[in-house]
Amino acid sequence: MKKSTVILAALALAAGWQAAPAADVTGKVTLKGTPPQEKVIDFTDACGPMHTTPVTTRWYEAGKDGGLKDVFVYVSKGCEGKKYPTPTEPVVLDQTECLYEPYVLGIMVGQPIKIKNSDECSHNVHATPTAADGVETFNIPQVSGQENVKTFTHPEVLVKFQCDVHNWMFAYVGVVSNPYFAVTDDHGNFKIPNLPPGEYTLTAYHLKAHGKTSAGVSKTIKVEGDNPVTADFTVEVPPPAS
Amino acid sequence: MPAPPAPADNPALRRFALLTAAATFLLVWMGGLVTSHEAGMSVPDWPNTYGYNMFFFPVSKWLGGIFFEHTHRLVASGVGLLTTILALWLFGRNSRPLLRWGGVLFLLAGIALCLIPQSAIRNPQSWKVPGGTPATAGPDGIGTLPNPQSAIRPDGSGQSAIPPASHLGDDLLLAAIGATSLAASFFWPKSEPSPKWLRWLGVAAFVAVAAQGVLGGLRVTLLKDQLGIFHATLAQLFFALMSVMALFQTKFWNHLPARAESDTQGLRYFFAAAALMILAQLALGATMRHQHAGLAIPDFPAAYHKIWPDTSPAAIVKYNQQRNEIQDYPPITAFQIVLQMVHRLTAGIIFVMAAICAWLARRQLGARHLLSRLASAWFWLIVAQIGLGAATIWTGKKADIATAHVACGALSLALGGLISMISFRCLAAPARENCPALKFVGESCMSSPGRLPSAPSGAKSM
Repeated sequence: MKKSTVILAALALAAGWQAAPAADVTGKVTLKGTPPQEKVIDFTDACGPMHTTPVTTRWYEAGKDGGLKDVFVYVSKGCEGKKYPTPTEPVVLDQTECLYEPYVLGIMVGQPIKIKNSDECSHNVHATPTAADGVETFNIPQVSGQENVKTFTHPEVLVKFQCDVHNWMFAYVGVVSNPYFAVTDDHGNFKIPNLPPGEYTLTAYHLKAHGKTSAGVSKTIKVEGDNPVTADFTVEVPPPAS
Repeated sequence: MPAPPAPADNPALRRFALLTAAATFLLVWMGGLVTSHEAGMSVPDWPNTYGYNMFFFPVSKWLGGIFFEHTHRLVASGVGLLTTILALWLFGRNSRPLLRWGGVLFLLAGIALCLIPQSAIRNPQSWKVPGGTPATAGPDGIGTLPNPQSAIRPDGSGQSAIPPASHLGDDLLLAAIGATSLAASFFWPKSEPSPKWLRWLGVAAFVAVAAQGVLGGLRVTLLKDQLGIFHATLAQLFFALMSVMALFQTKFWNHLPARAESDTQGLRYFFAAAALMILAQLALGATMRHQHAGLAIPDFPAAYHKIWPDTSPAAIVKYNQQRNEIQDYPPITAFQIVLQMVHRLTAGIIFVMAAICAWLARRQLGARHLLSRLASAWFWLIVAQIGLGAATIWTGKKADIATAHVACGALSLALGGLISMISFRCLAAPARENCPALKFVGESCMSSPGRLPSAPSGAKSM
């Protein structure tokens, strides 16, 4: 076979792959109702001087138009039985100014998560997954500058990370078995790229509004070819307990 | 049954036993601070602290939750030492050989461990880090952390990322303990051993404090809340034991006339039952605290605005959604709500029992009798404890209030133990001939009010 023929065949194959249809799913999560007042965090010890302005809890961070930040949106049905390559690049969860950044993030099962301590003071990283009877729970000490890499082998939305040294420090990690997930931005918007054609259940989960006892709000979406799909969600502030 | 022999009067031992009991109370208080600040897991390693030998952990790093957990460990070590000395002291001069040869053994072991290369007996190679450099000692050689950047273990195993640091500090400490023990053997009091029953009590205290330390450590390293419940309950029992041991060393106890007065009302059994009920209540409280779920019911005296709260699944969902705290506690469950309700009901039962004890004591022994006064003090301590419990809820489980609640609970149990001991020592079942026309139930003369006139000959009133 001539060299040019091989190149042409390779290009054709690559073009075929390129042409495999997939669509972006975008949407907005809106908060309905008035959330409780956030509480001001009392930073103690070495953390106090790091903050000159009051910092509050981050239970409900909604914009003026109701766009809700830090909602974990993921494909909860429709990907069963399919294999997806696991990213090897770690996702970073940082401890900076005695807070976790980001507050909510997502990873795939088996994908490394690098936890780092950018603060001058020590923290402990206490992850409390409940999947598989919490077998992957860990608690590690971290001095300034230290990094640790961890993985989770069981899907769970959301795994709580906490620092017991500073009991206001929390982060939440969505661990899912497919690569189709996103976390809403400051305006409540999200984008899940390259979802192949098919019918899926898309779920939006907010850690405070839905809590551990609810799976979040879901809707069915249908991806056809590479036509973009829009899916908006409304998350309601729970009514007061009677 | 004859009363057990009284220990010989030993003022120094008496003061030391009192000091140990006081230190134990301080330790219980600090343990309460740890759980009230949810700081129990802030030092993930044990017996080390962030890789350091705990006695060499720099004060500058005692911050946040680390402060509460680390100081708790240090005070616990102090109580362990005091308890060990107390147990040895109860053996009097017979402890000298143990101190001497134990000291020699520890000294030699410490020196040997300092001299033998670490790799010969320990295996730091198993802690290889990326790049292949095994974990090594810190610059000061006494158990500091190595360069944190080299401590990455991307294996996801869930183990501590801090590799074992130098054991030189541990080895020197072992040698120092041995040398101290050896030196102490030459100056150890030449006192007579305490009675056998008291010596065994000392051994029991030593075993308890050792078990308590291990339980506390395993609770941290095994990440098991259940162990924390045992740890907290054993702590309360241990404080009661140390209080009783201190009582046994007092002149008051030694001069207490044994079974000098008739217990016409079964008073001593009421005391013991109330003390046991307090112990059960403390175990309930420990279970609540070690669920780490914050306040399962945020209001008092009502519970979610009702006499008995709704524990249906829908109600639990609402309760959890409405929680608005800085900490993100695990969701509360129906079990936790019921647990707190049982805790409240038990508090009511204890209140009634303590009131009955105080009333019965006054009726049987008179208002001026020591047991009556102690029972009254006990009753008011229970009232204060209930007030602190209510304040714990009203303040949203403010750490200092919640800790005071734990400490007051410990005092309630200890006082109950002391009163029970005193009552069993000085009260006895009434002789049948003293109340021939009365109906006996067990040992108690149930229908005989007041104090029986005929105390055994030679007995003196307290």
